[in-house]
Amino acid sequence: MSDNRKHIVVKVNGEDREADVEPRLLLVHLLRDVYGLTGTHIGCDTSNCGACTVHVDGESAKSCTMLAVQADGREVKTIEGMADGAALHPLQQAFWDQHGLQCGFCTPGMIMQAAWLLGRNATPTETQIREGISGNLCRCTGYVNIVKAIQQVAGTLPHAESAPVEAAATIVD
Amino acid sequence: MIPPQFDYVRPGSLEEVLAILRERAGDAKVLSGGFSLLPLLKLRLAQPELLVDLGNVPGLETITETDGELRIGGRATHRNILESPATVNHWMVREAAAGIGDPQIRNWGTIGGSVAHADPSADWPAVLLATRATIVVRSADGERTLPARGFFVDAFETQIEPDEVLTEIRIPLAPPGSAGTYEKLERRAGDFSTVGVGVRLTVAGGTIARAGIGITAVAPCAFAAEEAEAALVGRAPTEAVLRTAAQAAAAQSQPVSDSHGPADYKRAMVSEMTMRALRRAAERAAANA
Amino acid sequence: MASETQAPKLQTTPEVGGMGHSVKRKEDPRFIRGAGTYIDDLVLPGMLWLDIVRSPYAHATINGIDSTAALKVPGVAAVITGADLEKAGLHWMPTLAGDKQMVLPTHTVMYQSQEVAAVVATSRYAAADGVAAVEVDYDPLPVIVDPFKALEPDAFVLRPDRAPDKQTNRIWHWESGDEAAADAGLAAAEHRIEEDIYIPRIHVASIETCGCIADWDAIRGQMTLHMTSQAPHAIRTVLALVSGLPEQNIRVITHDIGGGFGGKVPVYPGYVLAVVASLTTGKPVKWIEDRSENLQADSFARDYHIHAEMGATKAGKITSLKVTTIADHGYTDAAADPTKFPAGLFNVITGSYDFPNAFVEVDGVYTNKPPGGVAYRCSFRVTEAVHAIERMVDIMAHDLDIDPGKLRMDNFIQPEQMPYKTPTGWEYDSGDYPRALKLAMEMIGYDDLRKEQLEKRARGELMGIGISSFTEIVGAGPSHDFDILGLKMFDSCEIRVHPTGKVLARIGVQTQGQGHETTFAQIIAEELGFPVADVKIEYGDTDTAPYGLGTYASRSTPVAGAATAMAARKIREKARHIAAHLLEANADDLEWTNGKFSVKGSPEQSKTIQEIAFAAYTNHPQGMEAGLEAVNYYDPPNLTFPFGSYICVVDIDKGTGQVKIRRFVAVDDCGNIINPMIVDGQIHGGLTMGFAPALLESMTYDENGNNMAGTFMDYLLPTAVETPAWELGKTVTPSPHHPIGAKGVGESATVGAPPAINNAVVDALWHLGVRNIDIPLTPQKIWAILQEKGVTA
Repeated sequence: MSDNRKHIVVKVNGEDREADVEPRLLLVHLLRDVYGLTGTHIGCDTSNCGACTVHVDGESAKSCTMLAVQADGREVKTIEGMADGAALHPLQQAFWDQHGLQCGFCTPGMIMQAAWLLGRNATPTETQIREGISGNLCRCTGYVNIVKAIQQVAGTLPHAESAPVEAAATIVD
Repeated sequence: MIPPQFDYVRPGSLEEVLAILRERAGDAKVLSGGFSLLPLLKLRLAQPELLVDLGNVPGLETITETDGELRIGGRATHRNILESPATVNHWMVREAAAGIGDPQIRNWGTIGGSVAHADPSADWPAVLLATRATIVVRSADGERTLPARGFFVDAFETQIEPDEVLTEIRIPLAPPGSAGTYEKLERRAGDFSTVGVGVRLTVAGGTIARAGIGITAVAPCAFAAEEAEAALVGRAPTEAVLRTAAQAAAAQSQPVSDSHGPADYKRAMVSEMTMRALRRAAERAAANA
Repeated sequence: MASETQAPKLQTTPEVGGMGHSVKRKEDPRFIRGAGTYIDDLVLPGMLWLDIVRSPYAHATINGIDSTAALKVPGVAAVITGADLEKAGLHWMPTLAGDKQMVLPTHTVMYQSQEVAAVVATSRYAAADGVAAVEVDYDPLPVIVDPFKALEPDAFVLRPDRAPDKQTNRIWHWESGDEAAADAGLAAAEHRIEEDIYIPRIHVASIETCGCIADWDAIRGQMTLHMTSQAPHAIRTVLALVSGLPEQNIRVITHDIGGGFGGKVPVYPGYVLAVVASLTTGKPVKWIEDRSENLQADSFARDYHIHAEMGATKAGKITSLKVTTIADHGYTDAAADPTKFPAGLFNVITGSYDFPNAFVEVDGVYTNKPPGGVAYRCSFRVTEAVHAIERMVDIMAHDLDIDPGKLRMDNFIQPEQMPYKTPTGWEYDSGDYPRALKLAMEMIGYDDLRKEQLEKRARGELMGIGISSFTEIVGAGPSHDFDILGLKMFDSCEIRVHPTGKVLARIGVQTQGQGHETTFAQIIAEELGFPVADVKIEYGDTDTAPYGLGTYASRSTPVAGAATAMAARKIREKARHIAAHLLEANADDLEWTNGKFSVKGSPEQSKTIQEIAFAAYTNHPQGMEAGLEAVNYYDPPNLTFPFGSYICVVDIDKGTGQVKIRRFVAVDDCGNIINPMIVDGQIHGGLTMGFAPALLESMTYDENGNNMAGTFMDYLLPTAVETPAWELGKTVTPSPHHPIGAKGVGESATVGAPPAINNAVVDALWHLGVRNIDIPLTPQKIWAILQEKGVTA
């Protein structure tokens, strides 16, 4: 191993965590391999897919294109920090309610990006939502129900479609 | 995709950064947002010995209108620029910023990093050329102010020396009757431009008094469409005049065939996108008169 | 917006959540918290990492591999080459199509990014450093990229390892139907059309790449292979056959899969290398491919060069179809098609139409490209078949100046003709094609759109309307015809009812995001009345799940879903006898309603399924085995044939050639629906994976065999911005032979969508003299056509 390891302190989901890391260690690998926070995923090498999206100092970031040492002294929030104990974050609940996920692999990054988006714009239009998640690729859902889930939290879900899916007795879209 | 080994420092002042760059010229690379450099490192296309992170250098993010210029600090992110009150009247700047990458990339990618990296498809160079901006760079020896026209030398090659840091972009404010716009043709949201065109026009008394056109992704580096500009100045912005200019811009481009399309398609798109940008800029300029 | 022509009658309450309820998914709580277990999330004690050295050339001789520098990299434990594997006879492995594939080459690499050597190290980073330090000496060889050139008489033979009578680049020839009748039909036709249609190479690109951890326990002689596989049992059997390890000592576990779409069916060299590395080091070895490796080396789909001829009367009645196809399989046929069907179910190419004569033939061909030939949310070449027939029908309609909707209506197989025997030998189980198209036309306002199109055309604007009325073929398959490497394509379910009335069910199919933990619980809820909340579904662990052929080709519901219903019915039958014992009644006098057995005529005398379950362990009749369990291995009597009609409206930007989908209406019929919410989700995703290759995605190669779309920078998955807002409608035509009348839906939309988009774009340009444009319909392609036709902005 190289001898140029750096000591870093990163506040992860509210808790200061330390590590001695190679400067080249990617933030996503710090979170996953060093801290065991495997909810943040890796889907590409080129910062296209957004599966690795986390918040760094409140701003959504692709953690595959950031070094762990860059996060030294900063605050990082991951999907594991979204729920409050047993209580789901409203976006987590909404993704569940609206069937906004299938394989679940893009979901943590998608939820983190949606949370950032709603933090900046509480009532985005559908177009703004679609642009807001344009850095996150989903291969399963066609984005339809992801958009609906974000609309559920934004309070902008069209009225006719806001009935709880669970209670539906006939075919609904 | 794992980067090679390198060392890393994050100095607290620009002076420290510049001292390190002087000492380690050739071995060290400046890290700003990281969205240009880290992909190269992951592909092992760049193997610097040392990364000098600007993250703790204060004062490089400010965006102000000062002395007749829009001044943007080198570490201002695309999002800072998009949302700064100082850019509210700078439509070309905002339109270009809005189309770079995706929201996460805009949160972290910086104008200085993008301009210094000089990817032949990057959007900022076209904006700087269209607005005849200047680029401020600093080394341990002091500051140099470089006109954008002449700054971009080749693909990934600029006039910045290895021991210099890009500290500021200065975009001159346009006189009344001016307007700008940025037209980007992309295959898909978040894609690099197939062609990007920045246009700034000043219209006075029904004729074009001044024109700036910067074009990216269709030459080894972004270029100013000077023949097109010449074809506009002194003429009324009629469809025919704009068309002549758009065609001149296309003639000046040097596209190569790649996955964005064959060269003849790209050349035609230079004309088409320039035409659309000119039309919109002319309409806006008329409204601004 | 939604529309349906009928909603099924619900047999259970929302609390029970049987068929037809949009039950929220049971698997979601872990995924929304980031607590899923994908392969790269798993870390075993002492685990090593494996990374792969890949070829920069598409065809080259390997003169030597120098591992000296790599072995000096801190953390590198071993470098494995083809020569090492050859000593153990492991340098080649069988493909699921019965061809063979190199694990590592000993002499020649056959495609760019082929595996050349493996580096094993103590960390992800050290393994990557080791890969960078391995030096390989190559001599580049001439490259064949074009399958037509591969078939030329003087082409060099790419696979000299094959038998002496197979020293050609033609892998196989396959045909179906009556050639003489098709020729005669064409010769006699009043109108005859002919078209070349190319369906490009594409890649599933699930957001999770492939990977595994091989964990060899030398003391117990046990190999545990954690992996991203859609077919764990098949992998176990193949591994047993290849390695010689006893099958009971091999355990394959698939945890959560981050999307599969067929790309996680094949056996990739990386899996075998991890197994070898674990056997040699005695430690667990993890291999996770990165995105570039995934795109450049894993199995691709399509790459079909189709030549089609169709005959019809002047009035638009189709009479004959003949199709000749070249299938580019890369350097080996690593498809996962059933043994008898090297071109999959491509002969479903007569589609939704009733005509007497058809012939189809396919030749598989080797080239210097990655191996494979199936997977992109449709494994068995149905997409290719549907694309060809729907394009040909549309061209015929335009040629004869008949509305494409009308020509389809005039040629549909009618509902009363079901079951319908096609000229290529399939028996469609059920379908009401006119009803689906009629609904789609109503939803989109077809007649008004045609009027608008005429007005726009008069103004020089380019607008097109495209229809696709597809028939899918899924649920492989009946054992008399369907096997993979000899394994019959049944599937299975094992149900155990616990004394407290809770249920554990294990199924032979793996989920890759479709929601099996929910929908299979709903089948059991429907059949037995246990609430979905009380039913736990397990899969993916070959030590515990019953044998199954896996999830692909939309076969989970048609085959394993049927097995689940049948196993549940066995339990219900046993429950009847226990209830009779408890009620002191004759079993024949009991009736089953709402989760209980009651005495006919005295409904107050009843026993709930929960009471019966308890009695099965505490008070079962003498002479009866205790417990309440059942297993079913379901051998389907036929395939199922989902169908639908899609209509797409496009506007074309004359200046840039960009195609914008204005509206897309999809009417699907997948038989009886288990969970409407999940079915809609499947259709949304399927439509998006139909849209993607129609407009954005294609895997291209230059003349030297260099991959031109090897990262997500150039292999363009749709984002939320360009993906259309899909509008869905439903009809319900149950499968008559499936126990719960379901048909499967995972791939329908991917199969049906591309021709609707393609037809719309050609429709927009037909008046200019455009007959066909191959997908992807890129701006540069459309722009070039507009230039040729003299159209300017």
